[in-house]
Amino acid sequence: MTKGTVYGIISNLVHVKVDGPVSQNEICYIDLNGVKLMAEVIKVTGDIAYTQVFESTRGLTTGCPVEFTERMLEVKLGPGMLSKNYDGLQDDLNEMSGLFLTRGEYTDPLDENSIWSFTPLVKAGDSVSAGDWLGSVQENWINHKIMVPFRLEGKYTVKTIAVAGDYKISDTIAVLTDSEGNEQVVTMVQYWPVKLPIRAYASKPRPFKMMETGVRTIDTLNPIAEGGTGFTPGPFGTGKTVLQHSISQNAEADLIIVAACGERANEVVELFSEFPKLDDPRTGRKLIERTIIICNTSNMPVAAREASVYTAMSIAEYYRSMGLKVLLLADSTSRWAQALREMSNRMEELPGPDAFPMDLPAIISNFYSRAGYVYLNNGSAGSITFIGAVSPSGGNLKEPVTEATKKTARCFYSLSQDRADSKRYPAVDPIDSYSKYLEYEEVQDYLNNNIAPGWVNSVLAAKDLLLRGKEAKDQINILGDDGVPLDYHSSFWKSELVDRIILVQDGFDDVDKSTPMKRQAYMLNLVLKVCDTDLSFESYEELQPYYTKLINTLGQMNYQPFQSDDFRKYEAQLDTILDERRVK
Amino acid sequence: MAGKAFQKIYTKLSQITKATCTVNATGVGNEELATVGGRMAQVVKIMGNSVTLQIFSGTEGIGTDAEVIFFGKPPTLKVSDQLAGRFFNAYGNPIDGGPEIEGEEVEIGGPSVNPVRRKEPSELIATGIAGIDLNNTLVTGQKIPFFADPDQPYNQVMATVALRTKADKIILGGMGLSNDDYLFYKNSFENAGVIDKIISFVNTTDDPPVERLLVPDMALTAAEYFAIQKNESVLVLLTDLTLYCDALSIVSNRMDQIPSKDSMPGSLYSDLAKIYEKAVQFPEGGSITIIAVTTISGGDITHAIPDNTGYITEGQLYLRRDTDIGKVIIDPARSLSRLKTKVMGKRTREDHPQVMSASVRLNSDAANAKTKMENGFDLSDYDVRTLAFARDYAEQILAIDVNIGTDEMLDTTWALFKKHFKKEEVGIKDEFMELHWK
Repeated sequence: MTKGTVYGIISNLVHVKVDGPVSQNEICYIDLNGVKLMAEVIKVTGDIAYTQVFESTRGLTTGCPVEFTERMLEVKLGPGMLSKNYDGLQDDLNEMSGLFLTRGEYTDPLDENSIWSFTPLVKAGDSVSAGDWLGSVQENWINHKIMVPFRLEGKYTVKTIAVAGDYKISDTIAVLTDSEGNEQVVTMVQYWPVKLPIRAYASKPRPFKMMETGVRTIDTLNPIAEGGTGFTPGPFGTGKTVLQHSISQNAEADLIIVAACGERANEVVELFSEFPKLDDPRTGRKLIERTIIICNTSNMPVAAREASVYTAMSIAEYYRSMGLKVLLLADSTSRWAQALREMSNRMEELPGPDAFPMDLPAIISNFYSRAGYVYLNNGSAGSITFIGAVSPSGGNLKEPVTEATKKTARCFYSLSQDRADSKRYPAVDPIDSYSKYLEYEEVQDYLNNNIAPGWVNSVLAAKDLLLRGKEAKDQINILGDDGVPLDYHSSFWKSELVDRIILVQDGFDDVDKSTPMKRQAYMLNLVLKVCDTDLSFESYEELQPYYTKLINTLGQMNYQPFQSDDFRKYEAQLDTILDERRVK
Repeated sequence: MAGKAFQKIYTKLSQITKATCTVNATGVGNEELATVGGRMAQVVKIMGNSVTLQIFSGTEGIGTDAEVIFFGKPPTLKVSDQLAGRFFNAYGNPIDGGPEIEGEEVEIGGPSVNPVRRKEPSELIATGIAGIDLNNTLVTGQKIPFFADPDQPYNQVMATVALRTKADKIILGGMGLSNDDYLFYKNSFENAGVIDKIISFVNTTDDPPVERLLVPDMALTAAEYFAIQKNESVLVLLTDLTLYCDALSIVSNRMDQIPSKDSMPGSLYSDLAKIYEKAVQFPEGGSITIIAVTTISGGDITHAIPDNTGYITEGQLYLRRDTDIGKVIIDPARSLSRLKTKVMGKRTREDHPQVMSASVRLNSDAANAKTKMENGFDLSDYDVRTLAFARDYAEQILAIDVNIGTDEMLDTTWALFKKHFKKEEVGIKDEFMELHWK
């Protein structure tokens, strides 16, 4: 192994003089009086390796010994990751001893002593390749597949496979041989370098199914596809994190991975304390049982922040290879980009826009492209749906991170300050936001067949109402209430109806916080029906009180259980109100 | 500060800039403290044998033969109960003429609390100010700044908040505080008779600006002592973080770093987060709550400092002079306490969240009506009523000199709803309407 000594220190960039070969992204440990500080090689010039240290470098002196590992930054993959709270380097936070995060303390991500009940899925003599399922264990309620390690290339033959029974993760469960007869021992554990995508699948089609999130402004107006990508830029205070939490609680996924990247610790604590209490609406079990939290809050070392999104993505890819529907949420990718910027700055690289590194767009696009819907070698399907939050500086959507993300993510959920100021949450702007998947023919077919016949047209009708309402409002603001025809007021109030009933959702109400697709379809059709009803008014002053009444009644429906007596009561009232003004 | 028995003294500086100097030395630790020609300095960069130090008070008059003495340790603070009631400078040395503090010496700017060892903030902090208690309730363990223009009375409001809350300790971190403001704080604390629970770390405009960089860490190190060792609830007041950031940009500029937005260092977000994230609620009962001031220029919150702050803190409070009533209020439209939902309706009356959102919405309708009026359009009957409501609301609820309990705030707001609006215009759940619409 190559060894070295510390030569220079600039904050967490440490120059190491090495005595042998080192590789880019190789992990090394700096020995500071017995405390080992993990670092990653990010540049090499001559015999100096530039390393970014994942810890504070306070007190580090030149001459400290450094050991290189010949490995890149890796995740340890195996059963037992569900419900864990990891830091960006996959240390189990619950296993760490003190109140404070002690420098140089690294913990095992998996429990070596847990017993897993293993069932083989192959027999001796079977031919297998990377990612194929050798057997399975039950992890919470997920059928966790033990796979041929992803790093193995080519075809292998199963020489022996463990019989059904109880094993620890490091027990041998299979021996494989390659074409030349070399043996490969397989346990339940495998390692994978986080910066490389796991490509152990047969094909990656265009996404064609819809992923329900329970958030109406997404599902109804701009649905995200299963295996799709989306991002939510917004100034602070517009509810990015609340939206992400709400999606994580209600989305229709087998597994949720939350990467809290450079954000507030109290928000993560909320996940820690809420998820064990909350019920998963589909399985009735606790949310935490299908969740993995990767948390590198803003005050934790900045280099580990960069690693955290990769750690999360690699774990997501691992579970996708089991044929699961994974939802990955990252909050916020801007903090990750800033971590890149800090390091690029210390390396004295020539800066791109806003001092971000020049290759930022490429890094972001490579990362987003790791999501997707895949068919595995055995024909089953798995997916990673990825939604990243972006925190544009100054709320300016022309800044580098937002622009780079916009080029690669297919759904754009723009959070608007105006909506947040008027407390219209979720503050997703219905006019600016889009979902490219709505244009996919296969997605359109899926929606029309699975939600309601003609669904896509209903959605477009709702979007038209919103757009016309906005135009009408602009005119009213310019010309005054009595300076425009009555139609303009009708257009405005119809858009208000769609906005306040379909888009606005009370995240703190038990019923309203998540809406199943069936109910969304029912409500959208009801609202469209109201908007299509011919109503007569004498003057513009009559519209405001009348529509307020309509909105109030429909709004009360949103608070009632679907098709309950109270729900029907308000629906009946709606007809009475409509009759007051209906054109006979 | 006393040095160690065997101290190496270096006397050959190889480089001097406005804020830093470089010396050839070995065995020096990163972030270590030193004196250069008797001035306090800190190691910021090591490359081979050259060690670069940042001299807090500047390099004016420093010679290439100045004596450099390394302390072998980063900045520290001695912590014990003796801190209470005392005033210190940015290095933690007493400036009130009192004796030195005895106690355990701890490094300032220590590591972060393991997030899984934190508790979710859930204890309400009552201030008696409706702009806070009713609309933007504060919670222990929260971090929140006032975004204020320099002409606004933020120091007075912050002192009022500090004195009305029931914190066990109040720690003031003053950065670039004018001497007048420093004396204002000192007098308000003394007059309120609470000097025993106050601790101050102050860098005034008379002191070198770069020294400010130590102030938040000093204040928070003291706060951690009381919150962890004594399980006390500690309120930390930091004013003014904008001046702290200015000092950061001075240093990074001297270090030849490439500035990002608004000439601020690229690491601004991490630098601020390290301070604010010290706010914490511990399961054992101790807590650190941070209320800060970030001065902004002409209300511009897109500047890098307020912008990065907003992404870190749990909300922000804005002051506004309400011209209708001629008093300062906490602006209900723009202010936000993100943690309010943790206590609203849970630690307070159940109708609180709905009353809060209804009143904020009606207030924003009033703002729209006002724009309409200013543009010369006719007002509808509803517009006129919202305007009347907004005036009453500012006068009876929001004005900063109103000091009432939360239940009273709620009852008053209900009374105003009833006075100005029809039932359906308020848009509150029927179950609460039945209870309170009297």
